[in-house]
Amino acid sequence: MKKLTLVVFSTLSLLASSVSFGQTTLLNVSYDVAREFYKDYNAAFVEHYKKTTGKDIKIDQSHAGSSAQARAVNDGLEADVVTMNTTTDVDFLASTGVVAKDWAKQFPYDASPTTSTMLFLVRHGNPKGIKDWSDLIKPGVKVIVVNPKTGGNGRMAYLAAWGQIRKSGGTDAQAQEFVTAMFKNVPILAKGGRDATSIFLQRNIGDVLITFESEVVSVNREFGEGKVDVIHPSASIITENPVAIVERTVNKKGTREQAKAYLDFLYSDQGQEIAAKHAIRPRSPAILAQHADIFKPIQLFTVADYFGNLSEAQKIHFNDGGLFDKIYTTGK
Amino acid sequence: MSTTHKSLRTARADSKAKWVRRLLITTALLFVFLFLVLPLAAVFTEALRKGVGVYFASLTDPDSLAAIRLTLFITAIVVPLNLAFGILAAWAVAKHDFKGKSLLITLIDLPFSVSPVVAGLVYVLVFGANGWFGGWLLAHDIKIIFAVPGMVIATVFVTLPFIARELIPLMQSQGSDEEQAAIVLGATGWQVFTRVTLPNIKWGLIYGVILCNARSMGEFGAVAVVSGHIRGQTNTMPLQVEILYNEYQSAAAFAIASLLALLALLTLLIKTFVEWRQHQSEQLLARGLS
Amino acid sequence: MNLVSPPSPAVGEATHLKRLKQQRVMPGFGLTLGLTMLYLSLIVLIPLSSLFFKTFTLSADDFWIAVSSPRVMASYRLTFGAAFLAALFNLFTGLLLAWVLVRYDFPGKKIVDALVDLPFALPTAVAGIALTALLAGNGWLGSYLEAWGITIAFTPAGVVVALIFIGIPFVVRTVQPVLEDAEKELEEAATCLGATPWQTFRYVILPTITPALLTGFAMAFARAIGEYGSVIFIAGNMPMVSEITSLIIIGKLEQYDFAGATAVAVVMLVGSFILLMIINLLQAWQRRRAGMKS
Repeated sequence: MKKLTLVVFSTLSLLASSVSFGQTTLLNVSYDVAREFYKDYNAAFVEHYKKTTGKDIKIDQSHAGSSAQARAVNDGLEADVVTMNTTTDVDFLASTGVVAKDWAKQFPYDASPTTSTMLFLVRHGNPKGIKDWSDLIKPGVKVIVVNPKTGGNGRMAYLAAWGQIRKSGGTDAQAQEFVTAMFKNVPILAKGGRDATSIFLQRNIGDVLITFESEVVSVNREFGEGKVDVIHPSASIITENPVAIVERTVNKKGTREQAKAYLDFLYSDQGQEIAAKHAIRPRSPAILAQHADIFKPIQLFTVADYFGNLSEAQKIHFNDGGLFDKIYTTGK
Repeated sequence: MSTTHKSLRTARADSKAKWVRRLLITTALLFVFLFLVLPLAAVFTEALRKGVGVYFASLTDPDSLAAIRLTLFITAIVVPLNLAFGILAAWAVAKHDFKGKSLLITLIDLPFSVSPVVAGLVYVLVFGANGWFGGWLLAHDIKIIFAVPGMVIATVFVTLPFIARELIPLMQSQGSDEEQAAIVLGATGWQVFTRVTLPNIKWGLIYGVILCNARSMGEFGAVAVVSGHIRGQTNTMPLQVEILYNEYQSAAAFAIASLLALLALLTLLIKTFVEWRQHQSEQLLARGLS
Repeated sequence: MNLVSPPSPAVGEATHLKRLKQQRVMPGFGLTLGLTMLYLSLIVLIPLSSLFFKTFTLSADDFWIAVSSPRVMASYRLTFGAAFLAALFNLFTGLLLAWVLVRYDFPGKKIVDALVDLPFALPTAVAGIALTALLAGNGWLGSYLEAWGITIAFTPAGVVVALIFIGIPFVVRTVQPVLEDAEKELEEAATCLGATPWQTFRYVILPTITPALLTGFAMAFARAIGEYGSVIFIAGNMPMVSEITSLIIIGKLEQYDFAGATAVAVVMLVGSFILLMIINLLQAWQRRRAGMKS
């Protein structure tokens, strides 16, 4: 009798402990420079989840270049959610069935809870007097930008340069002329956002750097305030940060409810506030207004305004033989 | 010949030799300074830019510690595997004659010339979800790609040639006379290898292991493609360096890089120590015999 | 009682040795070669074949376009050309370093010996960043060079410098053990017979170490062709000028053009294979000429 009680008791306690060990873990596969943001966000979400459901949850993070991450998820990386900075990467996953085909409709704002835009960084004091896009094609001005063939940052810079001509009433032909002239002023094509910043601020090459708005905070932190001035051009492009649930994984792991809760929280006031703190533009107009000191007003256009969508832009401009390649191969 | 005449001649020959010696050493040192010392100094300067406190904090950060553990773990598997392969391959190539030997050597060299991007890509093509074995692996819930096994395989690929190619020219220059003598004297294959060959190739083996070790700790490109970059789980030290660098924490990035440099220097220190101990025991032996 | 009596010692020995010669004098051939091929196939050959299979999904036209567009051709010239130059440079300086480390004693020798392995231990990206920091216009070396009008960083010259750096250990570490092993008696005999130091070097030492030299060169060359991490920071990456082939492959992957990426990779692979084969055949020929067996 004693033995039986012992066995029953130990089995029950084993079961109980295995239940508490059954903590869910989500893997968030994200793009490069989002670590600081997700560190804060995940801490807030874990707390929020505990409060609302009483359960524990753990979030693992993976960061690398957006397209590289998309390829990895496609090739088997078991992400529960993807949080990218380029819509084409999520489109790619949708095309292979890893993510739902209607992913953009599953969350508000085309499943993009935050955005960013492209700004200019110039040397402190702005010695070359760069105020707007037209200054970038002046002779003697050196522009540092990410290689559009290898980085979303660069592609967005290119599209911003093209789009702003269209916004001020120009034609596509004029836009192409402008972009060609601008890239002729580019001495080095950086590998990625960080590389571009490093070239500009550590190698001291270039007069102006085109990069994401969200980079400015990091730049100031690493290189010290007062090294650069931020210039808001007359118009720039909205870059979306799309998020999606990875169907393949949540079906296998049964974590759909948690994944949805994780992404929903990005739209909450708390989530939007954390984004704003990291210089990522929140969608919520109220919170955006609260941080007007970081997010100065700027005329913004979307990819859809002039390019259809990013996949089409990719085909026309950035694929091999596209318009970006033509900048370097014609006239040589 | 008078002694003064003779000593003058040797003195001139000596000073000529000395001059050549000095020139060679100076040139070598200049090269070493420009190409090795300066980059190393650059690494340490960047690592210590924010002070010693930040330096040590970056090394003891949990993600960094996980990266260090993973790097050491992978290296501990890769080096013995490639050591075994290296010895086998060198034995086959250097001690035997057969057609297609140059082909085999070229195949062994091949992993060097493969870009790390391609090296990683190749294993994704084989083990990835859409690859040859993807379906089977998924069905059995075995994770190779985007998990540690994939990283081990990629590192094995990239460091495969080191020990083999270190041993082959050495063993070729040594020929097989001693081994043949041993066979005639009745030794078995294993005895020939352990008693005759192994002591002769000792230094080539050690250098090869040191190179393989250093490279497998420092491999970045191929491992980056197959790693999945999961914080605290599938990041090696080189990957951690890239992550920190991309997050504008260059001091921390260089701190880990400096640790890698130190690890490489450490393996060489061990080699020097082994050398010294051997020298000691040889001297003892000589004294004992005399 | 023995039904088969052993042959008389003299005859027996002769036939025994003859049989051995026709088979193998050295033991373990089948085993070592077999295991070597197995390992090589599993780790290298079969995975590499996946590149070819993926490339075969392209039509012949698409394949040709992917691998021969002007940008790609320019990248081949840069990649293979810079790799060759760097390996050549390392051939001579590597020999010098190995010689100095083995034959001479000088203060700090142990440290120099340790430093030779640095290019391997450092992740390629770190090497790239460190070299760029040194050679850019505001770097320790770069500022001097630019004063003389020499720009290295962000040009093809920078690519060569980076490739020299990552290839340093190859020649040194391959030649070092052979030099350490070299029989001094041969050199002493040559000197006794009246050879000058140069003649001793050229006719006695050089033949012994030439296989190692060529091996080191081949390895440094091969490595330089495939190098990505260290070059990418110092290269400039301007299409048609300073863009290496590995970057083109990445660009294709970014466009999700997997077959195009493997196509270019296949071209690189075949190209390096041919070049390596030539070097290794050269080495085998040289060994035969020098009278060394196998």
